[in-house]
Amino acid sequence: MKKIIIFIILLISSLFFVGCGNQSSVATSVSVVGSTSVAPLAEYESENFLRVNKEIEIAVQSVGSSAGIKAAMDGTADIGMSSRNLKEEEKEGMKEFVIALDGIAVIVHPTNKIKNITKDQLLAIFQGKIRNWKELGGKDAPIVVISREEGSGTRGAFEEISGLEIEKNDKKYTTLYSRAIITDGNGSVKQNVALKENGIGYISVGSVDDSVKEISIDGIYPTDESIKDGKYLISRPFIMLTKGDPSPEAQIYLDYILSAEGQQIVREHFYITVN
Amino acid sequence: MKKKTDKIAELVFVASAVVCILALLLIMIFIFYKGSPSIMRTGVFNFLFGQEWQPRAEVFGILPMITSSILVTIGAILIGAPVGVLTATFIVYLAPRKLGNLLKTATDVLASIPSVIYGFFGLMIIIPLIDQLFAGGAGGNSMLAAIIILSIMILPTVVSISESSMREVDINYRDASLALGATKITTIFKVMIPAAFSGIMSAVILGVGRALGEAMAVILVSGNAPFLPNSILAPVRTMSANIALEMGYASGFHQDALFGTGVILFIFIFIINLVFYFVKNKGGVKN
Repeated sequence: MKKIIIFIILLISSLFFVGCGNQSSVATSVSVVGSTSVAPLAEYESENFLRVNKEIEIAVQSVGSSAGIKAAMDGTADIGMSSRNLKEEEKEGMKEFVIALDGIAVIVHPTNKIKNITKDQLLAIFQGKIRNWKELGGKDAPIVVISREEGSGTRGAFEEISGLEIEKNDKKYTTLYSRAIITDGNGSVKQNVALKENGIGYISVGSVDDSVKEISIDGIYPTDESIKDGKYLISRPFIMLTKGDPSPEAQIYLDYILSAEGQQIVREHFYITVN
Repeated sequence: MKKKTDKIAELVFVASAVVCILALLLIMIFIFYKGSPSIMRTGVFNFLFGQEWQPRAEVFGILPMITSSILVTIGAILIGAPVGVLTATFIVYLAPRKLGNLLKTATDVLASIPSVIYGFFGLMIIIPLIDQLFAGGAGGNSMLAAIIILSIMILPTVVSISESSMREVDINYRDASLALGATKITTIFKVMIPAAFSGIMSAVILGVGRALGEAMAVILVSGNAPFLPNSILAPVRTMSANIALEMGYASGFHQDALFGTGVILFIFIFIINLVFYFVKNKGGVKN
């Protein structure tokens, strides 16, 4: 009995010490928290960063733009990541660094014969006004619209630019088709389109792979050039933000990303560099 | 010395119990504190019966989510409860011992599979199947897919609780019934199941709670469209899916409205637990 009690007490008290160890062991750890779209890029950057700078450990957590902005604001993260522009109330006291631009690609199933649609057709598809691939010159099959959850930076940018978002009495409403499938994350949209022969969705250009097919809008594909010179319209900034000036370690990491070497990594993963 | 250790042990037990209660209270207070203002600001009626969910315009009506939650749960119970109860009956009264044990182990394993795996299974197998068989290529992410996945997920709960309640029934009932010339099946359906009825009801109610609360698996298969469904093949969004889906990116009033959804879900779960408590105690008196 006594042994058990001592054991329990030891067990409970050990819990208190667990928390202490972590903080002191790595003195120079930078936490980078936020957007699921920015996180993969932040990971690639930190992998390479580790080679040049072994003293600073970068911990990337992908939890979503809003959560990342909030974490940076209240100081639980050294750097926040956002794939959407900050709202007015989020801007106060924050420093923003645009680390890359990201095109949003419209994707369909690899077997789909459609290669190009117009911007008006894109809008009509996502509003549920065009519901069959036949109307676009494809086969006679229903169109399965796949979109992202509310609050997603990708969806926000997509809806704003495509015209899905309308303003009524100073308020922004979405006119997305009511039978559109909503799913969370770039990966999930990609997976859904890859699984559905009649699917259409949109994801970050950096996430496109062979499982899906990119189509052009008004004849223009999202490339480095077409996005930079504004011909391809659907893009948004990748932002890293800190509360006030970044800590010395965070500054070193940010400098690295914005350096020629860091921007090379941006290019390698099909995001658009900032100069 | 003995006394001292006893006292310390008692303290540890009390402390554990307090942690338990405290956790419940804290969660309750937190959810209501974060969620109630958004419901008040929208208006209770508008929040509960509004059909539009437009976070950017700060219009929050969760009638589609409430309706979907209720419909999906009813569907899952309609399939899952009979299958679960009959499986339990088979294990307890009909199956040879070895087969019964095997079945029991199988349902236990079913209970330990993480919900995301159920969701993934649904996404890869059930959805394409529904798409081909019923939806004609219009996408299988639907209420039906959610119902099928949830009816499998509630099986372990229904089976194990019905089983233990059936085992509690006095074996003399069976012997008496058989001695009177009733067949095995008649005995089971007319004597044993009625005797275990309150336990079986408890099992079903706990299944309802499980189905109502599940988010992860449902998000992957249900399509999550925040609109009132017009068919069983329409994509739907349940209350728990609404919270889990949008919490990552939500901020401000939008986030509060998700907590508001949590308040309503909490009230639903609370009512179900009350019913469970009531049914269980009623059974206790009868036995």
